[in-house]
Amino acid sequence: MKSDAKNAAPWLKTHKAWLYLLPALSVLLVFNIFPIGKSFLMGFYTKFDYLNDVVYEWGLDNFHRLFADADFLLALKNTCLLVVFAAPLSIAVSLIFAVLLNTNIRLRRVFQSIYFLPFVTSMVAVSIAWSWMLNKDFGLVNSILKVFGISKVAWLTNPNMTLPILVVLCIWKGLGYRVIIFLAGLQGINNQYYLAARMDGARPLRRFFYITLPQLRPTLFFLFITTVIDVFKTFDEVYVMYSNQPGPLKSGLTIVYYIFNKFHRHWEFASAAAASFVLFLIILSITLMQFGVVRVVRKRAERRESQ
Amino acid sequence: MSSATANFVRKFLTYAILVAGAIFVLLPFVWMIVTAVKPSNEVLLMPPKWIPSTIQWENFVKAFGAVPFFTYLRNSVIVTVCITVCELCTTILAAFAFAQLEFRGKQVLFILLVATMMVPGEILVVPNFVTLAKLGWVNTYKGLVAPWASSVFSIFLLRQQFASVPQSYYKAARMDGCKDLQYLFTILVPMSRPTIISVALLKIINSWNSYMWPLIATNTNDMRTLPVGLAYFSTEAGVQYNTLMAFSLMIIAPTLIVYLFTQKYIMRGVSNAGLKG
Repeated sequence: MKSDAKNAAPWLKTHKAWLYLLPALSVLLVFNIFPIGKSFLMGFYTKFDYLNDVVYEWGLDNFHRLFADADFLLALKNTCLLVVFAAPLSIAVSLIFAVLLNTNIRLRRVFQSIYFLPFVTSMVAVSIAWSWMLNKDFGLVNSILKVFGISKVAWLTNPNMTLPILVVLCIWKGLGYRVIIFLAGLQGINNQYYLAARMDGARPLRRFFYITLPQLRPTLFFLFITTVIDVFKTFDEVYVMYSNQPGPLKSGLTIVYYIFNKFHRHWEFASAAAASFVLFLIILSITLMQFGVVRVVRKRAERRESQ
Repeated sequence: MSSATANFVRKFLTYAILVAGAIFVLLPFVWMIVTAVKPSNEVLLMPPKWIPSTIQWENFVKAFGAVPFFTYLRNSVIVTVCITVCELCTTILAAFAFAQLEFRGKQVLFILLVATMMVPGEILVVPNFVTLAKLGWVNTYKGLVAPWASSVFSIFLLRQQFASVPQSYYKAARMDGCKDLQYLFTILVPMSRPTIISVALLKIINSWNSYMWPLIATNTNDMRTLPVGLAYFSTEAGVQYNTLMAFSLMIIAPTLIVYLFTQKYIMRGVSNAGLKG
């Protein structure tokens, strides 16, 4: 065959490519790919010795126990609530800032740099700073509120405050990152659309909803997936801000917190693995669902255009 | 309302929102700095003082003294440097194979690797700890570095970059008797400098700030990294806020300085990832 003649020694070539891949693949195999399967299997271990890797018994007990565990259900509820509020809000806020920055603004680079700051800083350090600002008696936030005549709020000890705090933290932490992604998307929109809309006398808000939003669909899709996944993995800020506690009345107990607790505090490896696997399934199904939604929306749009 | 006034109002509102956002983002940092240099008797004043009567640098000295700060610092530096160097080496080689070399199973392998990006790193923690325990690497630098010594995400970014270099360069170099490895490091890598710098910077920042893995993989004070040490310190009884903020500031400062000088690369890396992801 022709291709065989061209590639004098395909075996040798393949051999060489694998040599280049070897270092990366060996790391990824041991610490990325193998553990995916392993964490799935570990969820079914009921009696085992993890150090010698001997499994005496397999079964569904871990999963049964997991869904009977009030803590796990609470963690599921807390995490889902957090996702429902934090993801759309932080995306919407970032979109507003990106659209404002995309106009003819002075100091645009300066604003962009400032918004991006939290992204490069240690979440542990900033969580400690936030918990200091939210201190009930001596915190900056309450002292600012006092100027407006609002009495002290027990931010860190009132369980009703946990969700709002984590939502604000999510907005704060990712603002710069999302603004940059949105700006890249906004700059990809052909200016002709806006010119044409202006000629037709479309007002700014209409232009936003009829040109900007539809054109940004791929960017929005990307940010939705990454933000939802990110929020599902919330852990550092809770663990640090509430001094190694899952918040008042466990109001900050997230799925990853639950996994960490089972594993690191109680050394229940199999339950932790089972919970990890549930988290994986949730994230996987959300990703697939979002892919599906986008496909349906795109098809509908195409149909509308062809009519 | 004339269109000039409408324009002015719109401009004013835009700036007002942008400035409010900037204040919101900066507030914790400013407050951290202000607290870090306050004398202890001014930390708990109500209403709080924005400008301390004197700048008390001793808080930093106190933070150094209260914890084995320099041990944490040494660990953080060693781990960050090792991870970044290892990751760059492994991912550049792999990205080259994916971008320029032909081999059986290339497509399948690449898709498989990209698919693993969807798996949240948090679910790997338990099995990885078991692997570490079996290898006897718990509480060692090896254990802190090895799991992060490569990254599908970086391979992905670098492959896109390498693939954008025209194939004719490669062919011409081969004609001149240039070996693959030589081509990679004398032509491809210098040509891809901005992307490689972005990848390296993102990795440095991530490893410096990483918390959960060093927390799990270490169990003695002499192996802890800065964020883990800070988190422990913050839960100690009798910790004063000015010392705590001084400590926090010392962790943030290096990444902030790196960021200020290289933000172009960092932001480009981030937005590239967004566009291609």
